[in-house]
Amino acid sequence: MASTVYNPNTKGWKEWLDHRLPVFTFMDHELNKYPTPKNLNYWWNFGSLAGITLVIMIMTGLFLAMHYTSSTTLAFNSVERIMRDVNGGWLIRYVHANGASMFFMVVYIHIFRGLYFGSYKPPREVLWALGVVIFLLMMATAFMGYVLPWGQMSFWGATVITNLFSAIPVIGDTIVTWLWGGFSVDNPTLTRFFALHFLMPFLIVGVVILHIVALHRFGSNNPLGIDIKEKKDTIPFHPYYTIKDMYGLGVFLCIWAAFVFYAPNYLGHPDNYTPANPMVTPAHIVPEWYFLPFYAILRAVDFNIPLGFYTIEAKLGGVIAMFGSILVLFALPWLDKHPVRSARFRPYYKWIYWTWIIAFVTLGQTGALLPDQPFYFIFFGHEVSFGIKTITVAQISTFWYFFVFLGVMPILSKIEPVKALPYSISNPVLTAKEGK
Amino acid sequence: MKKTIFSLVASALVFASVPVFAGGGAVLEPPQHPWSFEGVTGKFDKQQLQRGFQVYKEVCSTCHALSKIAFRNLSDLGYSEDELKALAGQYKVIDGPNDAGDMFERPARPSDIIPGPFANEKAARAANGGAYPLDLSLIAKARHDGSNYVRALLMGYENAPHDMKMPDGMYYNKYFAGHQIAMPSPFSDGAVDYQDNSPETVQQYATDVAAFLTWAAEPKLETRKALGLRVMTFLLSLTVLLYLYKRKVWKDVKGH
Repeated sequence: MASTVYNPNTKGWKEWLDHRLPVFTFMDHELNKYPTPKNLNYWWNFGSLAGITLVIMIMTGLFLAMHYTSSTTLAFNSVERIMRDVNGGWLIRYVHANGASMFFMVVYIHIFRGLYFGSYKPPREVLWALGVVIFLLMMATAFMGYVLPWGQMSFWGATVITNLFSAIPVIGDTIVTWLWGGFSVDNPTLTRFFALHFLMPFLIVGVVILHIVALHRFGSNNPLGIDIKEKKDTIPFHPYYTIKDMYGLGVFLCIWAAFVFYAPNYLGHPDNYTPANPMVTPAHIVPEWYFLPFYAILRAVDFNIPLGFYTIEAKLGGVIAMFGSILVLFALPWLDKHPVRSARFRPYYKWIYWTWIIAFVTLGQTGALLPDQPFYFIFFGHEVSFGIKTITVAQISTFWYFFVFLGVMPILSKIEPVKALPYSISNPVLTAKEGK
Repeated sequence: MKKTIFSLVASALVFASVPVFAGGGAVLEPPQHPWSFEGVTGKFDKQQLQRGFQVYKEVCSTCHALSKIAFRNLSDLGYSEDELKALAGQYKVIDGPNDAGDMFERPARPSDIIPGPFANEKAARAANGGAYPLDLSLIAKARHDGSNYVRALLMGYENAPHDMKMPDGMYYNKYFAGHQIAMPSPFSDGAVDYQDNSPETVQQYATDVAAFLTWAAEPKLETRKALGLRVMTFLLSLTVLLYLYKRKVWKDVKGH
């Protein structure tokens, strides 16, 4: 008879709800008790920073979308209206525009941390791959967002990047017309970019959720790169990492706010304050700083590649190299099969890693220069130049970018010695011993 | 603490490595003027903005529009509502259609955009030998180091070097990319009659109008910097507290 009596089976509303939809159990499990290695350093802050940045971008973007008009005749002026007449509009726009730079800054550091400490290695290959998917989606989102103000660099950047697809043999031109929705970058292009720029952040949220699910399957990697052996290797996520993440967030927001309030246009290009004009090409079309390394790889292939049966033209070669430079990251867990995760315990890779970072930063600088001008960079206020052409430096750096992944890593997997690893996170010295 | 400093230094390094954007060709860097609106607590000098507006109105506006600025916006410069009404009343704008379906002319109101000198780009080009006098609303942000650039450009007219042949209707300017500009030197000493005691020199006109155009491009600059000071103070204090709290929470964790 008891079964006919309705029994909420609870003490309070939380327990009532949790019994039916275990949200509180889930949150307690994943955000509170979640056992986390106790030795994570500050490089592990950047994942949560990226997540928070994504939320801030979606929120500011939502309010911008309420005032923005995606028509070629109105877009530029609607942005200026946001800057001048919308209450707090200038603040929302500067937070959003600089937020794109902050987002990439954080994500680059997050990726570089994964590369150094071997966070892509088993059993975290899928976690890593999902991260690469997020990075690709971010790039597409940022590119389309930059088109929306419809300034000169918006228009010409969109023209250059969409034209890349014309390099695809046979169907390239058709694809470009389809992307544009016409025969040049014009109103249909702008409206669809706005629609997609609004959509894609939510796709990113979806993949971020998968990224976190995959992360929580095995837990965070750690600076020692060794597995968790005993209970005292870990501490609960809350309060230890919640407060550490909050502190990191404080530092991060200080940097972000410094840009927003004191140098809001430092990371942008002045040309984008001139309305788009299809009849006037800017002297020097450059993408935003966060795309420069990939732009440099694109331009580095300035020669045809004869394959005997088919010749890859320079333009297509550049496009393949640029997309390949990101796609190769998917293969990383299978290119680097060395059993040790952390570069701290890899005598060769430790150095190779930094040469790769230097190649990547160098690519960024070459992307900002004209291919034929002498390469230079600013070092502590001094211009350093070796009299080498920018394109040559870009080609050497591109070669090294790929060779580290495709050549060095597979070789190191075979020949790099496996050094002594600590026994456990909480017992790092005592039981360390030589050999495998 | 060591780790904290390390992470701060690391982020500073990453920021310092943001690549330098190359401009279009070798251009002379403009001299740096000590603007009142520079720095963390920078503010516009309203007297200067009024003088700059006067220069714009009497000289620049014969060719250049200022299409993002309405008369009402000029209250930022310290003009009263009555002054702005009187100022707007000096201009005529096209309105309509009226109930009879006709467009008509009426005196401008403070809510109107300051009317430009030409009806459209074609009219502007026709009147200027094919050259298009740019809209100046955003010029201070549309050029690298804009405030200094505008000021330098207006003072940068010189005789062309002997080996350089100038086409008809082009003028030599050492700060303009390519050094050939279709705009003749706009000022001469004494051309604008200032109400205050400021020197009536080309240099002063150039400085004042560059300040005015900086305001026109970024009218929220003062609001931004004032709010920035409060936000930064809050964020820095919060970060210090969070750091101390973090230390307290982590005090007993060994071997991290």
